[in-house]
Amino acid sequence: MTETTLAKPVQEVVLEAGRADRHYWLDLWRYRELFQVLAWRDVTIRYKQTVIGVAWAVLQPLLQTLIMTLVFSRLAKLPSDGGSPYALMALAGILPWTFFATALANASNSLVSNNNLVSKVYFPRLIVPTAAIVASMVDFAIGLIILGGFMAWFRFAPDWRIVFLPAFALMAFLAVLGPSLWITSVNVRYRDFRYVIPFIVQFGLYVSPVGYSASVVPQKWRLLYSLNPMVAVIDGFRWCVLGGHATIYWPGFGLGLAVIAAALWLGVRQFRKLEKTFADLI
Amino acid sequence: MAAADIAIEVEGLSKSYLIGHQAAHRAESFREMVTRSARAAARTALSVARGRQLVAGDEVEEFWALRDVSFEVRRGEVIGVIGRNGAGKSTLLKILSRITEPTRGRAVIRGRVASLLEVGTGFHHELSGRENIYLNGAILGMTRGEIDAKFDEIVAFAEVGQFLDTPVKRYSSGMYVRLAFAVAAHLEPEILIVDEVLAVGDVAFQRKCLGKMQDVAQRGRTVLFVSHNLPSVVDLTSRALLLERGRVAMAGESRAVVSHFLAASHDRLEGGDLSGYRRPHRDAGWVDIERVLVGGGPLGVAVVQPGEGVAIDVDLRIHRPVSDGIVVINLLNENLDVVTTLMSTDDRCLFSAGVGLQHIRCEVGPLPLAPGEYLLNVATAQLGGRLSWDALNTLPGFRMGGESTAEWLRWPQRPGSTWLRNALWSADASTKAAGAVHQASKVL
Repeated sequence: MTETTLAKPVQEVVLEAGRADRHYWLDLWRYRELFQVLAWRDVTIRYKQTVIGVAWAVLQPLLQTLIMTLVFSRLAKLPSDGGSPYALMALAGILPWTFFATALANASNSLVSNNNLVSKVYFPRLIVPTAAIVASMVDFAIGLIILGGFMAWFRFAPDWRIVFLPAFALMAFLAVLGPSLWITSVNVRYRDFRYVIPFIVQFGLYVSPVGYSASVVPQKWRLLYSLNPMVAVIDGFRWCVLGGHATIYWPGFGLGLAVIAAALWLGVRQFRKLEKTFADLI
Repeated sequence: MAAADIAIEVEGLSKSYLIGHQAAHRAESFREMVTRSARAAARTALSVARGRQLVAGDEVEEFWALRDVSFEVRRGEVIGVIGRNGAGKSTLLKILSRITEPTRGRAVIRGRVASLLEVGTGFHHELSGRENIYLNGAILGMTRGEIDAKFDEIVAFAEVGQFLDTPVKRYSSGMYVRLAFAVAAHLEPEILIVDEVLAVGDVAFQRKCLGKMQDVAQRGRTVLFVSHNLPSVVDLTSRALLLERGRVAMAGESRAVVSHFLAASHDRLEGGDLSGYRRPHRDAGWVDIERVLVGGGPLGVAVVQPGEGVAIDVDLRIHRPVSDGIVVINLLNENLDVVTTLMSTDDRCLFSAGVGLQHIRCEVGPLPLAPGEYLLNVATAQLGGRLSWDALNTLPGFRMGGESTAEWLRWPQRPGSTWLRNALWSADASTKAAGAVHQASKVL
């Protein structure tokens, strides 16, 4: 079948029911430009026809930090990590959490909101939710600049741990990818899931150390608490940013990594399983 | 023949969908309603548990959109796919474009494929023309380098130069379509799969696109294209495939396949099968439109020359005595825009009749219409809109012949529609076949 009369080898595709696509990951690489373009589109249109535009990406974390600091530090009198400025600690938690929340919401709806593409053109569908998550990273990057501003304001110099920040950003990306893939693929079939996401986000805000330090959680609950993968991500973030002031609870961190890996495996598996039916059901 | 000489090889391709039906009658008792809802709920729960799709309705049926379709397309061949709506053409293209999976059978595709099932897929209205060229190009599988290289050509083809940095939501629909097609027209795949995309844009632009398609075909690319525009199938393709209810009804030389299809449509419409065009209407069961003839012949066949008129005959089957009946005919262009409306009341023609056949004829004078295909909506109702009896939408109408001058084509059609007042209406209560010689008799 592979004999060709042309100089260039001819690309051959066999279409059959239930055929596992051998070239799936290669195809994903081949379509990397589409991935870039979709991510760029999502970023470009986000603040179109808004008055203050990108300022939203600045305003939201600032206001959240203000509220969190007022409520948890001033009213609830909770301690910060190792005596670091509370606002700084709060912002270091808010950034990864906001990224998680917006990325989860955007990616979970991505297939349904791109139904015109899914039903009219072929490309590896994995591109759509992944591009949506990458687009959410732009707000996150703007947040990091604000974080830098905060550190300068509090005259807080980071130490060598800051170089691990990209690793934890990647961890946040993977933490949101697994659940997003699972939800977006099931959402194509049962649209109920779009109502579940706001609930997950609201609930998650309380069970993640966003406005408070994970160290206030009693030791005996700590491992159970770490089943939430965002605990490990946020802890890691604070560890990088706050230098020696924050500590990582390593058993919980390991558990978080395991949960992220398991969710990713389940998400990819579910997505691949349902992928072929998307165009028929969307 | 070596396998490498065959670009597309399809064997026993089938595709089924699950569709739901509402039960034919309403639940008549509370008990029946409860058992029915319970059964539906149980089915939903079972589907969710097994991770299957949900189907609305009281009964679920498997519908085969394609059944056992086999054919081969050789490298460099241009092949047309024709058939009625719902014959499975789009499903076939979706499978070959890898958008959906076949239920059974297999297809082998050798070469880089680009498929064009819609013009302007993925266009985003907030983005500028320039941005949309890159977005749409990437979606259709072009690399950034390819788009860069063809960018100026695309802009020139679309004739949108000065609006390149305007968001496309401010474009007129004509500009939008031109831009969208221009991107697609510059694809250079080895195999091109095209759905009915030529039926957009104004006539001049359609010509340009047909020309472009011809270029593509002549450069030795393999093209598979679906069209309702039968003359263009004959012009562009050497072979054609006729699909009927998901099966290949005929395959062979295009001219032969097209004339077979026309003859079959003729028979079918003669046989009174207009059900596919019927729209839901309020007061069914009084009057049904039984047959529509254009120019004395079947639908979609007549060619009207500039300066000529055309007669449209409508046969109505009256089930219950009616009074003050009217017939309304919309003429639509290929974009499905209503070009003009012909109302029997314009000529003070109303019918009142008992059970039986009522024949209505509308003789339209010379048509001031641009060349192209025109469709008809035909409806019958009671004067004043009290009762709406029957409505058929987008019936194939006729082809307007003639060449327009280049000067005329440079200008877009004026918005709004034409008001034709040169139509002559008549009603005839006889049961004679439409199209036969008859005396026009005005009721009013």
